[in-house]
Amino acid sequence: MKKKSKVPALITWIIIAAVYAGVFAAEQVLPATSMLFTVLKKGATYALVAVSMNLLNGFTGIFSLGQAGFMLIGAYVYGIFTIPVADRPVVYQYYDGGVIQFALPVVLALALAGLAAAFFAFLIGLPVLRLKSDYLAIATLGFAEIIRVIVQWNPMGPVTNGSNMLRLFPNFNDFNIRNAQGEVTVYLSTLIPFLISGVCIGLIVLLLNSGYGRALKSIRDDEIAAEAMGINLAHHKRLAFCISSFFAGIGGAMLAMYQTTVQAKFFTTAMTYEILLIVVIGGVGSVTGSVFSSFLFVAASEWWLRFLDEKQMIGSFEVPLLRNGFRLVVFSVIIMVVVLFFRRGIMGTKELPDLFRKKRKEEAEK
Amino acid sequence: MSEANVQTVADMQTAGIPVLKLEHLTMQFGGVIAVNDFSMHIDQGEIVALIGPNGAGKTTAFNCVTSVYQPTGGRIYFKDQEIGSGRIHHTPDRITRMGIARTFQNIRLFSGMTVMDNVMTAMHLRRRSNLVTQMLHLNADEERKNREKAWKLLKTVGLTDVAEELATSLPYGKQRLLEIARALATDPSLLLLDEPAAGMNPQETAELGQFIVRIKNEFDLTVFMIEHHMNLVMDISDRIYVLDFGKPIANGTPEEVQQNPVVIAAYLGVDEE
Repeated sequence: MKKKSKVPALITWIIIAAVYAGVFAAEQVLPATSMLFTVLKKGATYALVAVSMNLLNGFTGIFSLGQAGFMLIGAYVYGIFTIPVADRPVVYQYYDGGVIQFALPVVLALALAGLAAAFFAFLIGLPVLRLKSDYLAIATLGFAEIIRVIVQWNPMGPVTNGSNMLRLFPNFNDFNIRNAQGEVTVYLSTLIPFLISGVCIGLIVLLLNSGYGRALKSIRDDEIAAEAMGINLAHHKRLAFCISSFFAGIGGAMLAMYQTTVQAKFFTTAMTYEILLIVVIGGVGSVTGSVFSSFLFVAASEWWLRFLDEKQMIGSFEVPLLRNGFRLVVFSVIIMVVVLFFRRGIMGTKELPDLFRKKRKEEAEK
Repeated sequence: MSEANVQTVADMQTAGIPVLKLEHLTMQFGGVIAVNDFSMHIDQGEIVALIGPNGAGKTTAFNCVTSVYQPTGGRIYFKDQEIGSGRIHHTPDRITRMGIARTFQNIRLFSGMTVMDNVMTAMHLRRRSNLVTQMLHLNADEERKNREKAWKLLKTVGLTDVAEELATSLPYGKQRLLEIARALATDPSLLLLDEPAAGMNPQETAELGQFIVRIKNEFDLTVFMIEHHMNLVMDISDRIYVLDFGKPIANGTPEEVQQNPVVIAAYLGVDEE
């Protein structure tokens, strides 16, 4: 049997290590208010959610649009269980401090956020996964809308704080190490989301490279053949749906930490579309593509294309069309261009190590 | 030969329990009866062919055996177990787990996966590891064994040199062989081949015939195949069943079937004076 070259994997590990080292170093050197860190934090969060969506849409062939709903569950579970007891009367001011009077450690709450999302996925999966393609997308979209309304429902208030926001729970900035005077000595607020995302995405990659990953891909490629090869469709689809939702839940919790507040009305269908956009631009069926394009997307929407929303003067000439909301028009055009001309996205179905593999093969042929 | 003698020969043939037995199998779609009262059996180690003109219901019969359809009438037995009837229906993956593997008439490979991974996927059903051990790659031993087994299967069908290519990049004939290798990876005792020689030239077809006999012996299989290439069917089958418009019209050894006037009429059309 041919042995696979280890070099591409090695290069990949070096790149990943360099990125983490770079993030850590940049955080110590650059001012904490730099736009770069906003992009990196949100990018890391979206990367995890995009990969979790890709696990379903790109690797299992289940077209689900419930991502925002599962993120919402994750964000709320995280928020509800981590607000310090002392702060609860302030947060839950309309509900007498709420019913939950304890706080969990962050790591535990993160896991719980994922588990809660996975549990809901299991429940809706029972009826919904019997549906095919478009119908499944519509059903999951409906779920996301319903859960958003239920959370804001007044009788749920003592738990979810109704339509008021949850706040004062630990966020990314609380990971910075401070000295006795309260000054930050080591900045970790960007490295931590990178670590959480990295571990989760790593787990997804491990899953995809295992026998279960092959089974999921076979369902995507040909359901009938997969079933004829002994793969239990219902079981594996449910598994993929729950795992995807688990990580979407953790992604939601990370988004809560990033925003420092949670409010149901932010988890709209538009958020699911943003993530779908990231997946499509990155390449349906490529983890690397999803990660890369989520940073690209966040950087473009939060930073590089911000100028489109404001009046711009070149000398005394006012650039036409630029006003609040124009950014979204440009985004729509980008989507159309991608869908029409780059249907396979940035990466297609390739992963980071494949890039070096191909180059090496070409070299060998020369 | 006296009638009593014929009886004993028949008894000897069915002494063991047949690997596959259909009893009055009927499959009706609305007003169309695709398979009509089809009874047959296959014994251990036989190669049995199912022939008939296009639209005769051959693939439908296969789909009933593999539980893609639930028969509307009759019973299907695998060894001593009833696996399909009006009251018993499993999902196709369970049928495969019991030991019935199949290939498809219109090739159904996993297009986004390599040749190797196509075969490896078919071993997923016999896994000993669970999700957690697989995810954390604690099943390296099993994975290595599976890879070796897959490699051996690819060697059997002569596809080791393209093991890391995409399955769909293979030429047609090789895709058919890969489908057989993938079916073998599920550890079947009964192999269903749906037109394995479709699209092959006479040379390739002859090779395929030898190949089917070889894997039958090597993997201790019983083979049930649908085929249109009469040379192949006559060469390697022990017995043949003929379907026409869903109805069984003849069965017997290749010689018997070849000379059966009903079969000839079905294939060539009846001469209307």
